[in-house]
Amino acid sequence: MLSLVNAEVRYQGNVALHDINLTIQKGEKIALIGRSGSGKSTLLKLIYETLPKITALVPQDEGLVESLSVYHNVYMGRLRAHSWFYNLLNLIRPFKSRVEEVNAILEKVELQDKCFDVVKQLSGGQRQRTAVARSLYQGGELLLADEPVSAVDELQAGRLLQMLSTDFSTTLFALHDTQLALSHCTRVIGLHRGRIVLDEPSEHLSAADLTRLYCD
Amino acid sequence: MTKPSFQHSRRWTLSWCFVAIAAVCLLFADIRITTYDPWTELGRLFSGLLNLSTVGLDDLGFTLLQTVAFALLGVTLGSVCGLSLALIFHWRWVRIMCALLRSVHEIFWALIFLQFFGLHPLTGLLALAIPYTATFAKIYAEILEEGDLSALNVLAHGTGNISSFFYARVPDLYQHFKTYTAYRMECGLRSSAILGFIGLPTLGFSLSTSFMEGLYGQVWVLLILFYVLIATMRYWLRPSLLPLYLIASVFIVNNDTELSMTNISRFFTHDIVPAPIRNGESLASFWQWLSDLLMTQALPGIMNTLVLSQIALVASAICTLLLFPLVSKQFFGRFPRSVGHFFLVIMRSTPEYLLAYILLLMWGPSMLPAIVALALHNGAIIGHLVGRYSDELVMRQDASFGLNRYNYEVLPRVYGQFLAFLFYRWEVIVRETAILGILGVATLGFYIDSAIQEIRIDRAVVLIIITALLNLAIDMVSRRVRFWLRVKTDLSIR
Repeated sequence: MLSLVNAEVRYQGNVALHDINLTIQKGEKIALIGRSGSGKSTLLKLIYETLPKITALVPQDEGLVESLSVYHNVYMGRLRAHSWFYNLLNLIRPFKSRVEEVNAILEKVELQDKCFDVVKQLSGGQRQRTAVARSLYQGGELLLADEPVSAVDELQAGRLLQMLSTDFSTTLFALHDTQLALSHCTRVIGLHRGRIVLDEPSEHLSAADLTRLYCD
Repeated sequence: MTKPSFQHSRRWTLSWCFVAIAAVCLLFADIRITTYDPWTELGRLFSGLLNLSTVGLDDLGFTLLQTVAFALLGVTLGSVCGLSLALIFHWRWVRIMCALLRSVHEIFWALIFLQFFGLHPLTGLLALAIPYTATFAKIYAEILEEGDLSALNVLAHGTGNISSFFYARVPDLYQHFKTYTAYRMECGLRSSAILGFIGLPTLGFSLSTSFMEGLYGQVWVLLILFYVLIATMRYWLRPSLLPLYLIASVFIVNNDTELSMTNISRFFTHDIVPAPIRNGESLASFWQWLSDLLMTQALPGIMNTLVLSQIALVASAICTLLLFPLVSKQFFGRFPRSVGHFFLVIMRSTPEYLLAYILLLMWGPSMLPAIVALALHNGAIIGHLVGRYSDELVMRQDASFGLNRYNYEVLPRVYGQFLAFLFYRWEVIVRETAILGILGVATLGFYIDSAIQEIRIDRAVVLIIITALLNLAIDMVSRRVRFWLRVKTDLSIR
């Protein structure tokens, strides 16, 4: 579905990613690990740019509109499915049928009681779940998620990743929790200073192998 | 558990309240085009652009120099006095005095000073310096309040007030002071130009003469020079050159009008004393005089001012929401944005008084020219600020485009700031609305101007005080509203 050959990304002259050679097959569940600044977010951005049409995003900063309700933020995943006029009406007064659709998603992430709360008032974990809900509502073939569960508790984190893995045929999670990476992904890619230093099926790896990436 | 239901936000409800008020005002407003053929005249105005002419503008250089000189002297004097007042701004009476001085428009100050200084340069100088002092005092005080105090706190005990102020406060805040003062200098240029409309030898005077004679080629020369003057301000207005400019300005504004002590004392002891008291009549007749003035002039004046300004406020809001995408990186590339910027800069640099004057000549007397002028000018100012604010927004990589982007991504994020800017301008809009009365719309300025024409200074002074109180009231309501919405403005709009 995607292959990058010797890809390179520069920011203002500094190289952020070097010699990226990467092929992703349909159906793969990939974990992207590495220390902060190792280039995980940059790699996700690069992949998004190659496949924007079929991809749903959960960015690290969530990308929510603070002053809109949870409902509207989730609805935004499918803005392009409707005319701008329909969207405008829905902004002014939510359509019942859409609210039901969105509520079904919110139940999955346990946010149904926050449906019409303004995002500004949510906690960090609730915001992340809103962003996850948006990607679930949007759907698509590929999910790119940058630390999507870093602020929710362990139990819920596992459930959310499970849900995303079933909803999207191909997933790529940037994670810092090595346990979660091994238990929810079939392939692990390790980044260090903008280079891929590890690319193995997760069954060949132990938590200790991954921890090594975080030490210099 | 009850199911959560959708509720609109405070700002949504508030916005519609204001729209409803404006709609009711529209029922009472006098809105029509009274001239027989308004568009031909507008066409003639714009065709003036094609045959620019300086014929008959012998004193062009003189007019421009006067405009700049009055602005430089007035704003500098205001900034120096304002800085001193800012240091004692925590005294309640200073705050109240400044609020009162600020709420009287520079044109009203000029109308008062004309009565006893005549065309002496002091008229223009004080008319600018007084309201600017009061504004500077308030904003400088706010800058000082928001500044970092850590350097001040570690100074050795016993360091003098003045030394500690200039060592520990000024260096950090200098940039803020400078930016704000430069912005006010631009306002000062506009104010100074407008003072020409009531007789001072600045740009407005030449403009109104050219307009009266229908010499649109001249009008455009004056306007273009004025825009160039403002647009190039940061190149010619260097702090190091300021002393030189100020000395030159003193010579430029100087004329041979002499101050007459008799006029001054007559003004304070005779002219402004209410007529019944002046003539030694009974207290009852003074009440009669006052209630007459209130019922037949102040009240209709206030009503019209409020009606016009509420419509203008909502019209400005609509203008802003339409205009800001033109200059926002969220919507347009470099080239379309520069076209947008050009239009906004022109609208921003043209004082609303001048815009209203032009539209009134084209469309005839009604509230329409004033509303359109206020909406365009304020819409351009706030649109510029909202556009700049929206440039700072960080969008998701997969954010939508076009109208969806406007409605879902950008508008919700900028709306709070937009309302803050708008309500900050509210008081300015009301103050300007009162002034536009001088052009013939029956707002407070109309009654003030008529009283002065009839040399009934006592009435004019009472009406000016009433106008000031109205402005103070609006300022208070606006502050309440902003507090209720929990929005804050930054320095650039004040």
